[in-house]
Amino acid sequence: MAEYPRIRRVGLSGLLVQFGEEMSEPANRAAIALRAAVEAQDWPEVRETSTSLVSTFISADLVAAAPEALTEKLHALLATQDWYSAPLPAGRTLWEIPTLYGIDEAPQLEEAAEAAGVSAKTAIAELSAARVRVLTIGFAPGQPYTGELPPHWNIPRQQALTRSVPAGALVVAIRQLIIFTNASPTGWRHVGQTAFRTFRPDSDAPIALSPGDEMCFPSVSAAEYTRIKAADTSGNGGAQRSVLA
Amino acid sequence: MTKTLEVLSCGPAVTVQDMGRSGYLAQGLTRGGAADVRALFEGAALLGQSAQLAALEMVGMGGSFRATADIRIALTGATMAATLDDVPLVWNASHLMPTGSTLKIGGARSGTYGYLHVGGGIDTPQMMGSRSAHLSAGLGEALVAGDALPIGTDKGSTTGMSLPLDDRFAGGHIRIITSMQTDRFDEETCARFATTPFRRDARGNRMGVRMDHDGAPFVAADQLTILSDVIVTGDIQIAGDGAPFVLMCECQTTGGYPRIGTVIPSDLARVAQATSGAALTFGFIDLEEARAIEQRAAASNATLSAQVVPLLRDPHSIRDLLSYQLVSGAISATDNPFLSEE
Repeated sequence: MAEYPRIRRVGLSGLLVQFGEEMSEPANRAAIALRAAVEAQDWPEVRETSTSLVSTFISADLVAAAPEALTEKLHALLATQDWYSAPLPAGRTLWEIPTLYGIDEAPQLEEAAEAAGVSAKTAIAELSAARVRVLTIGFAPGQPYTGELPPHWNIPRQQALTRSVPAGALVVAIRQLIIFTNASPTGWRHVGQTAFRTFRPDSDAPIALSPGDEMCFPSVSAAEYTRIKAADTSGNGGAQRSVLA
Repeated sequence: MTKTLEVLSCGPAVTVQDMGRSGYLAQGLTRGGAADVRALFEGAALLGQSAQLAALEMVGMGGSFRATADIRIALTGATMAATLDDVPLVWNASHLMPTGSTLKIGGARSGTYGYLHVGGGIDTPQMMGSRSAHLSAGLGEALVAGDALPIGTDKGSTTGMSLPLDDRFAGGHIRIITSMQTDRFDEETCARFATTPFRRDARGNRMGVRMDHDGAPFVAADQLTILSDVIVTGDIQIAGDGAPFVLMCECQTTGGYPRIGTVIPSDLARVAQATSGAALTFGFIDLEEARAIEQRAAASNATLSAQVVPLLRDPHSIRDLLSYQLVSGAISATDNPFLSEE
């Protein structure tokens, strides 16, 4: 890890602190923790901050001010602690989202199970019991990339894209699960369907999830899913939420 | 008094746009806003009002509009065929649009994105801090016939003003700077990128614009193992087939394709406005030069009103010449008529 964390300039848009070159739980935690620390510094030249899987982006106007001063401040902040063992910020949310696995609603469950080397029944049991963390949000507003699943779920994305999965689709690849925000083509396999809306433009809180939140996807029957979908007006899709200490 | 602009008919991609929304990168939503920000500054200068007010962005073609009160309008961006009650209107200029008259804006003659500004701005409700539609995110909608758009309070009264047309509508040279993944490409690849003639592909929209070229694809080292990381508007992403995509205002917030560099903000409108087949080249400049260019561009946007001049009209083209006051009172050559209208 000698060369990480490292600071890179992002065009004229800001600076990026990278904590590794591949996904790892400690590097993701470091990125989330550093973002919270930068926010707490309240530096005037910082416009906003975000995290990707293992990096923290600090948006700043590099036209008005050359990057050197901000780079120095970031180096100093990075030196204050071991970010790979930093605790996650407090007040995160645990989301339990009812999920219909397989059958017509999510036609690639069996294919994904086979790629992971388990039966369809075992796949449902494993995905249903997994507790994953929102590693980052991206691709579309509020769309979570969550993980990590056990190593045998390190299945590749499909070479050929699925033409479209619907909003609320639960898809899997590379030890991660995503709930899609909008109907979209994808190389990830569609294994479950939820009525959870990750982006609710007309709501006071348009985006429900934050990086660091935890999620699980308990299996429900087709009848229960149909009932939840028909009754839901909030976009929560029957989700239970609780605050993590 | 509530004034509205009625949409009688319109093209498939007419939306309300302003400077876009900030503060949502962490939640997966990019800034969005006008594809050609310079056009917003031009409209603001022509009408003597804030560049933060919303306008209509028209991709490729406009539509027919009618106002419920006398309003001021300005037309900027890609030049489109425009008439008011069948009388041709000059582009890059401000005009009076009387109650009940019909404004028709047709296809683009050069460039891609045209803008219709109104005095007081389009006053639709803000969504997450902006009036901009961000269609790729599922935020807002394209306009359709029958829509009625509220218009804000107009503090100005001057019309018949114009700005010189600039040359950002036909492709050309695009200045870029290095970014966080430029060093994923070897020097030979970067040098070849900077000397390759490109053509704007037909595939292009507010999310990104694809560039075609002859010759070998561009490839980064370890291209397939690069982890998804932050994207900013202007990034030049090399897709799996080795073709560059310039990522535009409605791009995603993260992506896994490597970025060879980033278009400087001042040149992004030139990429957006280039029409299918237009020739483009890309050249690296260093950070300090880019900063100096952007500082000058910001100053230029802020002082555009100094370039606004009265529209020269051929008296033969004025139908009701005798209704004009042809000998006017004293005017000042030094007063800036826009200062009082901010």
